[in-house]
Amino acid sequence: MKKVLAKAYLYLLLAMLYAPLLFIAIFSFTESRVLGNWTGFSTKLYVNLFSGGMNGGSSLLAAVENTLLIALISAAFATLLGTVAAIGIYNLKGRKKAAMQFLNNIPMINPDIITGVSLFLLFVFLHVSQGYATVVLAHITFCTPYVVLSVMPRLAQMNPNIYEAALDLGATPAQALRKVLIPELRPGMISGFILAFTMSLDDFAVTFFTRGTIGLETLSTYIYADARKGGLTPELRPLMTIIFLIVLILLVVMNMRREKMNKTN
Amino acid sequence: MAKDYIIDIQHLSKSFGGVKVLDDINFYIRKGEFITLLGPSGCGKTTLLRQIAGFIAPDEGKILLEGKDISGIPPYERPLNTVFQRYALFPHLDVYDNIAFGLKLQKLAPEEIQKRVKKMLKMVSMTDYEDRSVDSLSGGQQQRVAIARALVNYPKVLLLDEPLAALDLKMRKDMQLELKEIHRKMGITFIYVTHDQEEALTLSDTIVVMNEGKIQQIGTPTDIYNEPVNCFVADFIGESNILKGRMMRDRRVAFIKHEFDCVDEGFGEDVPVDVVVRPEDIYFTTDPAKCQFTAKVNSCIFKGVHYEMWVDTDTGYELMIQDYDPYEVGSEVMLYIDPDDIQVMHKERTRNVFDGKMVDETHVELIGGVFECKAQADLSAGDEVRAEIRFEDVDLLDHQEDGVIAGEVHFLLYKGDHYHLTILTEEGDHIWVDTNDIWDKGDLVGINFKPRGIKLTKKND
Repeated sequence: MKKVLAKAYLYLLLAMLYAPLLFIAIFSFTESRVLGNWTGFSTKLYVNLFSGGMNGGSSLLAAVENTLLIALISAAFATLLGTVAAIGIYNLKGRKKAAMQFLNNIPMINPDIITGVSLFLLFVFLHVSQGYATVVLAHITFCTPYVVLSVMPRLAQMNPNIYEAALDLGATPAQALRKVLIPELRPGMISGFILAFTMSLDDFAVTFFTRGTIGLETLSTYIYADARKGGLTPELRPLMTIIFLIVLILLVVMNMRREKMNKTN
Repeated sequence: MAKDYIIDIQHLSKSFGGVKVLDDINFYIRKGEFITLLGPSGCGKTTLLRQIAGFIAPDEGKILLEGKDISGIPPYERPLNTVFQRYALFPHLDVYDNIAFGLKLQKLAPEEIQKRVKKMLKMVSMTDYEDRSVDSLSGGQQQRVAIARALVNYPKVLLLDEPLAALDLKMRKDMQLELKEIHRKMGITFIYVTHDQEEALTLSDTIVVMNEGKIQQIGTPTDIYNEPVNCFVADFIGESNILKGRMMRDRRVAFIKHEFDCVDEGFGEDVPVDVVVRPEDIYFTTDPAKCQFTAKVNSCIFKGVHYEMWVDTDTGYELMIQDYDPYEVGSEVMLYIDPDDIQVMHKERTRNVFDGKMVDETHVELIGGVFECKAQADLSAGDEVRAEIRFEDVDLLDHQEDGVIAGEVHFLLYKGDHYHLTILTEEGDHIWVDTNDIWDKGDLVGINFKPRGIKLTKKND
């Protein structure tokens, strides 16, 4: 009896978590403009989404494009910065190391809204005109700590002598970094990149405060504006379904990688 | 400088955070030699090796390779290669690519690389393993790959940092023989770091014994074993009875309250010395004419090849004896020692000597504490003095706060009827103590000097 209750509780919880997603996924395959009205199976919304033949025209697709591009650029830079930072922190000793790790954790637990507002104030203070560049800078800023966090464990379990071994065998520091250190850290860097990418992808607050007034829209700001106009554009349903699937696939890939890594160790 | 020196180390010093890890190290290494840096952990041997490899820059001094100072040259430009303690193989490369790493950086032709890697794999008996991932290899196999990876570059000197420490005993013995064979075949100079004295004795042409950043003794394994220059070396290498003695005259030494013939000369007459007798060099006899002293067997333990016995001599000293035959506990035995087997050493010190300052007539400030002393009529407050304190006039107390100053038991030697301890004070000074109490290494102690035992003399006049 106890077991049944426990199982029921688990499934109820999962159902509540996934019901909204499932709901949207199902209703992405019907034409009805009002969510919750089933008017028969159709893939018209998907066709509309990709041909741009919908209300609001190409602005949704432009927002998607912005979102992906910003996420790619920020994740790439964050991976670079985060890896270098992780190596630096790893080589620190004692109290300095603990302090840096602590400082690295703060931006991650800091609420997005605070990060967004403080970056906004910083850009205003520095007289930087806000737009695409500031959004990218802001995203790099809050993504980097996640990369540091995923690269650090790789460094910790690495044999500390392998960098020296490379130097010893005649590699310059740059060659040692490229031929030994980076290949060793690559799994952590890829996890960090994926994490940074997804963090950037679903960010709303930071983007909202740092995009300025040039009318730059990412997916999240577009949906926010769209919802305020009254009613969601129906084509958002297939879009969200697709994004959910992409994120799901990324997650599965990441978990599989982690399992593989654990096995080889 | 002689022609056959490949490495010449001159006045090398290094400190980490104010602690001197290496203190004025001087020695040379002959071409083709198998030299071992031997010492307990923290003696500076690994730091020395890492300086030769180029991972640490010396504070002072020079490292000459074939007569040229290499102190300022980065590790990747030194014609030396290292075998690291925990192998440090590149996990993302297979065995072949690990070994070829250095050759590829030198941009050798692929055929040449292949030829050399194969030859090296054969040398370390790993011929069929080229495509294996290094993670799939056993510890011993990984070590072979690490040795091949270093040797394939034909370095002028191969540095080995405790390469066998992570292997089990049997594997270690096999690898020792193989290393020696590889050294013979390649003719490359090996510098080997270890804390295992047996390994050092087995492998080396020359051993450099180190302790606390200083070289204690340099010599062949037999020299080091048979003729240790001080108590540290005698105690560190093998088992030994270290005893207080007195050189009566040339070829005659007294210890354990008996006099013995020995082969040492030139110490002078009636001079205090330390004497080392290896436990296998004390012989049992049934011939009263041969007997030099008698003893009672106190304990007898079978050690595989031999028996290890502790005996109490007729004069009240404890000695360790190793013999192939056991003697019953409690039995009276007759013993003798060959003159050849008695190693006489200069005493490194006979008393503690500190510089200090008078605080008032009955107090003196020494090594970070104010000690009571006998009333000194000829000394007044502020006078710079030299204090001499005999080893037995130092009191050790169980609680650090009970002593004038505090310290830690750093090193201890049993000398037959008492312990000779080295105490490291919190301020970093050494105090030597003779005591009958039993202390362990690392014990925290309070330190006091007996007021009557402090002998003061005024300095600078």
